[in-house]
Amino acid sequence: MARLGLRFVALGYLGLILLAPLGLVCYRTFAHDAGAAWATLRTHDTLHAFQVTLIAVGIAVPLNAIFGVLCALAIVRGRFRGRGLLNAFVDLPLALSPVVVGAALFLLYGRGGWLHAFDVLFTIRGIVLASVFISLPFVAREVVPTLREIGDEQEQAAFTLGASGWQTFWRVTLPSIRWAVVYGVVLTGARCLGEYGAVAVVSGNIEGRTQTATLAVQDAYLNLDHAGAYAISLVLALIAILVLVAMSVVRPREASR
Amino acid sequence: MSIVARDVTKRFGSFTALDSVSIDVATGSLTALLGPSGSGKSTLLRVIAGLEAPDSGSVVIADEDMTTRAPQDRGVGFVFQHYAAFKHMTVWQNVAFGLKIRHRPRAEIRERVAELLALVQLEGLARRYPAQLSGGQRQRMGLARALAVDPQVLLLDEPFGALDAQVRTELRAWLRRLHDETHTTTVIVTHDQEEAMEVADEVVVMNRGRVEQVAGPRDLYERPANEFVMSFVGHVNRIGDAFVRPHDLELVLDADGSTREAMVERIVHLGFEVRVELVRDDGEPLSVQLTRDEAERLELVRGDIVHVRPTRETTFS
Repeated sequence: MARLGLRFVALGYLGLILLAPLGLVCYRTFAHDAGAAWATLRTHDTLHAFQVTLIAVGIAVPLNAIFGVLCALAIVRGRFRGRGLLNAFVDLPLALSPVVVGAALFLLYGRGGWLHAFDVLFTIRGIVLASVFISLPFVAREVVPTLREIGDEQEQAAFTLGASGWQTFWRVTLPSIRWAVVYGVVLTGARCLGEYGAVAVVSGNIEGRTQTATLAVQDAYLNLDHAGAYAISLVLALIAILVLVAMSVVRPREASR
Repeated sequence: MSIVARDVTKRFGSFTALDSVSIDVATGSLTALLGPSGSGKSTLLRVIAGLEAPDSGSVVIADEDMTTRAPQDRGVGFVFQHYAAFKHMTVWQNVAFGLKIRHRPRAEIRERVAELLALVQLEGLARRYPAQLSGGQRQRMGLARALAVDPQVLLLDEPFGALDAQVRTELRAWLRRLHDETHTTTVIVTHDQEEAMEVADEVVVMNRGRVEQVAGPRDLYERPANEFVMSFVGHVNRIGDAFVRPHDLELVLDADGSTREAMVERIVHLGFEVRVELVRDDGEPLSVQLTRDEAERLELVRGDIVHVRPTRETTFS
């Protein structure tokens, strides 16, 4: 009985908080004006917005995957002073509000900022930069506990068997942490896909040029194109759900062996 | 190949793990490093393997100075207490690892791995993952993996420490047979004096980062160099300044000038052997080892008053 109750509460909560709004978005998109939704999705500006988002994801994810793994290795295996500080600083983007991040970038790269010469504001470069910053911690956060858990004995065994540091990383360390990396990559991607605050500040939100998908949702909504806003949201949600489903299908099979 | 460690010192912060330790391991021998935890025995083994860098001192393997060489270039095979199995690889891939790193031809790898799996009796389990093996099987895989690259010396760090008693005894005997066939110079770290005595030609007893004694198993037991070795290698009773082994105490029912009075507190039946725990008149405990027949003849019961006479005692000045 108690277990049933618990299940009911958990599923009920999930349904109310998560599924109901998502379902409503889905319903609104198609119920009233499927034609208008489709029309918005096919405009040049919307397609471009998706393109910008994908570029940001495509650059931020591999960059942060590499940085995250290196960072985790430094935090767990490193023997230098300031490891604790590094560990704390990696979390900074999680603690800061994205708007604050955007404002900080604006100050740094804007008129009179130290790095004004780089000409980053109101360009796709700025969007990428903000996305990289905002999604920095996820891979490191996932990999650090896994690295701690597996310990360094397997790596030492590889050394005694003649493997160099590089060979040991590719053949022993990386395969042992691969699921943590994959999970971190998924979270990083999801974070970039959904980023609004920081990007809104630095991008300038110029339609057809520096507008991301999430900014396009906002624009469509403000322009009273509700069907269009719902349609873009739905596509974003579908991408996220697809990735999660793919993960959960592949992972248990791998992990069980 | 011989191993020589000279004046090796290693500190971890303020803790001195090795305090100017020197040992000589003869070519083809099987040497045990025996000591309680914290005695430095594992650290010494890791220094020999290059997994730990000494603060001072040198390591020479096969007449070559290895002190500053990386573990990759020392030609050592290392076996870890907790197996250190590559969890994402099959048994076959684990054993083949060192050969693949050395880019040996495929046919050779296949042949060598099959040979080693037969040697450690894991032929049927080549496609299993470590998680699907028992502890004993995992450690045999660890041994095969270390032997695959034909190491000059084989180093084992408490290899059977995580296994249950019966598997431990089996593997111990098996390791000794393996050594008798291959004659690879082998160093095994253990805290179990029985394991050291059973398996090794020579035992290095360590305590607090120093070597207390180096001797063969028999000498170690019969001619311990000091109190520490005497009490660490086998059980011991202390009577005044003298040390007496439990089997060097005689129990009699009638007192005479050479005996001391004691009361039976506990009788422990261990099969052929019976251990009698006594309390002396001055409150000190005594442990006596008898055969089953001796114990039966005395008809001992808890609370009996008996008389004890040492037949052989050792004193250290």
